[in-house]
Amino acid sequence: MAASIEREDIHRLHAIARQVRTEYKKPMRDGIVEKIYQHSQSIAEEVTSRSERRRIDWDGRLDAILTSRYFGFPIMLALLGAVFWVTIAGANVPSGLLADGFGWLEGKLTDLFMWAGAPAWLHGILVLGLYRGVSWVVSVMLPPMAIFFPLFALLEDFGYLPRVAFNLDRLFKKAGGHGKQSLTMAMGFGCNAAGIISCRIIESPRERMIAILTNNFVPCNGRWPTLILLSSLFLAGAVGIGANVTAAALIVVGMVLFGIMMTLFVSWALSKTMLRGVPSHFTLELPPYRKPQFGRTIVRSVYDKTLFVLKRAVITAAPAGIVIWLLANITVGDQHVLDHIAGWLTPFAHAIGLDGYILMAFLLGLPANEIVVPILIMGYMASGAMVELDDMNALKTLFLEHGWTWLTALNVMLFSLLHYPCGTTIYTIAKETKSVKWTVLAALIPLSIAVAVCFIVAQVVRYFGWV
Amino acid sequence: MTEKRQTAIPLSELAPGGRAKVLELSAEGLVRRRLLDLGVVPQTIVEVILRSPIGDPTAYRIRGTTIGLRREDARRIMVEPL
Amino acid sequence: MKRLSAEKRVELLQRKFGIEASVEQKVVALAGNPNTGKSTVFNALTGLNQHTGNWPGKTVGNAQGTFMHKGQPFLLVDLPGTYSLLPNSVDEQVARDFICFGRPDVTLVVVDATALERNLNLALQVMEMTDQVVLCVNLMDEAKRKGITVDIEGLAQKLGVPVVATAARQRQGLSELKDRLFDVAAGKVVPSPLVLRYDEEVEQAICELEVQLAPLLKGTMKARWVALRLLDGDSTLLEDIEKYMADAELPKHTLGREVSPSWPQA
Repeated sequence: MAASIEREDIHRLHAIARQVRTEYKKPMRDGIVEKIYQHSQSIAEEVTSRSERRRIDWDGRLDAILTSRYFGFPIMLALLGAVFWVTIAGANVPSGLLADGFGWLEGKLTDLFMWAGAPAWLHGILVLGLYRGVSWVVSVMLPPMAIFFPLFALLEDFGYLPRVAFNLDRLFKKAGGHGKQSLTMAMGFGCNAAGIISCRIIESPRERMIAILTNNFVPCNGRWPTLILLSSLFLAGAVGIGANVTAAALIVVGMVLFGIMMTLFVSWALSKTMLRGVPSHFTLELPPYRKPQFGRTIVRSVYDKTLFVLKRAVITAAPAGIVIWLLANITVGDQHVLDHIAGWLTPFAHAIGLDGYILMAFLLGLPANEIVVPILIMGYMASGAMVELDDMNALKTLFLEHGWTWLTALNVMLFSLLHYPCGTTIYTIAKETKSVKWTVLAALIPLSIAVAVCFIVAQVVRYFGWV
Repeated sequence: MTEKRQTAIPLSELAPGGRAKVLELSAEGLVRRRLLDLGVVPQTIVEVILRSPIGDPTAYRIRGTTIGLRREDARRIMVEPL
Repeated sequence: MKRLSAEKRVELLQRKFGIEASVEQKVVALAGNPNTGKSTVFNALTGLNQHTGNWPGKTVGNAQGTFMHKGQPFLLVDLPGTYSLLPNSVDEQVARDFICFGRPDVTLVVVDATALERNLNLALQVMEMTDQVVLCVNLMDEAKRKGITVDIEGLAQKLGVPVVATAARQRQGLSELKDRLFDVAAGKVVPSPLVLRYDEEVEQAICELEVQLAPLLKGTMKARWVALRLLDGDSTLLEDIEKYMADAELPKHTLGREVSPSWPQA
């Protein structure tokens, strides 16, 4: 029984193919494709019957509103805002609970180590470094993702997402990208790593790469706390607007819009330079709206996305936790290595409106954006281990003591928004693109932009004496 | 039974609410194949349903499915308005 | 089309498609247009017994799942949702390659009851490729909501393959679906798919080509289908035949090399 075809037969097949190409000058494809459709049409018509009763075209009506000139965009923004709001509000309590839980467990671990007579450094590395790093990432990362991804998946189930791509396509096309990039960008709000994987929905490699390289300009879940914290601590007060919460919210929204603008701008720049090419073909199916299957969709999205990202995050956070603890506890000369590094970085950091510890926190926070602020606090307090300050005022005082101004806060926010993607994301990019070159670019391009923007802002603000 | 047949116009010029019959595709290569795959073959009836709030793309009903096409692609589909 | 021996098939799936199958499993390929509820069918059949990955050398997602029916283990391979099997994009290539060269025991095509006109296009193409087809008319609940009725019996008669109506979301029709899959996989039901007739010019060309092709193909693929693809101007078919069917031991494709040509260069 033939399982395969012999080599010489393959040569003969090639010969036949060549003969066909010359003999039948005009490709018959159109005729063949047409015929198949004619068949499917006639068969379908024969077996399908529609009821006479005129049914209300709900889909059409809904679409007319959701893609309408006046309501389309506002509704999109409102939905996005709603998703943010639910995620932030909903994640607070579980995050706190998780943090408490892990903290309790840490206490038990410490007891265990003491009981076993383990040396302090071992306890430091494994418990204060590894365990604390991982538990921090999990408690901050898990709840928002467990809310965001299901919400997103529900919207997808409902059928709304293609409408978003439909609405925004022209914008992205002008920026040299693809309409579906709006969707990958939206996914990036949850987690950049998930956003990168979602770029597979973009067929053309060139446009997919653009989407991948620009994905991190929108703040992922891990960066929201930083943005919200800093805007409410520093900027709301500084700008002098009354209701602090609204001001803080507006500032965060402003940051997000800036991030989106940057996404479009960098896409455009890439499409004119490194990723030049013709816009690819775009067809988008707008499926009928369906009632989402709440239970199943939620469970599946948690399973597929949340846990998957979490796994990768833990893999990157674990070694990072160890490294950070080591740096904060090994002394060279009269200072911890951490302080040395902060010192080296200070001149450069100052030029871009930050300080040595902040820059170092960003560098060490490569594995996961969530740990940037804890590392920073640790550095300032010279506490030797990551710590969280619950009291907002104490936090503000701590920052002020280290020379913070509203410019510092602003630039930290900008840097956080624009800098290189987190370790998990970089790892994902490497796996998706299988190219060292593009992975490196994916880190360097945002970093250079972050540095450039912060530099410009710092110089301008100082020049005008605003701070 | 009209004798005079309306001239072919590009699909992109049909406004929302319009209906037309596909006459031919002037697109070539990958675009052509993609359109054929979606069922945009001669004699197909196409309805114009929606337009994006910022002008492009436009959603068409083709063989029972709603598909969004960009103007530059719709321009390469010649149709006869009904 | 002759069937492959179980051992050979397992080897083929592993080497060329990166799929681990066991000798007892019957392999079912799952195809369909996007937005037909194909994933719902997949999830409904396999539950949590699934795992996702990539097709070798491509960043196209691949999901496989298993289920048991009447004591027979099945391996369900979810193919990317495509509008057709003419290889215009990676998705379509992957789907086409698996159905054609992966030699599944059954190919299950999921169609949308409310959009039969378009969806049948893919089904008919699959039927030209292989006889082992089961059609699943899904979204019957949506059809009912819109006042659309589908004559399943009539459709089965016209197409010459088993047709099952399902509403996968509501979990309706699934056991009948599994029954049909079992029947076809076990050889109890032998579908005889409708043969699409083309214009005379085309049919004549097909005839001439079939005569030349049949002795070379030796029953590994339908000669008629190969003839049609050659007339089509399908440029990838021969490369794929070589890749999957040549009996000489081809070097295992290294992932990096196969992906990079399609990625942007400098």
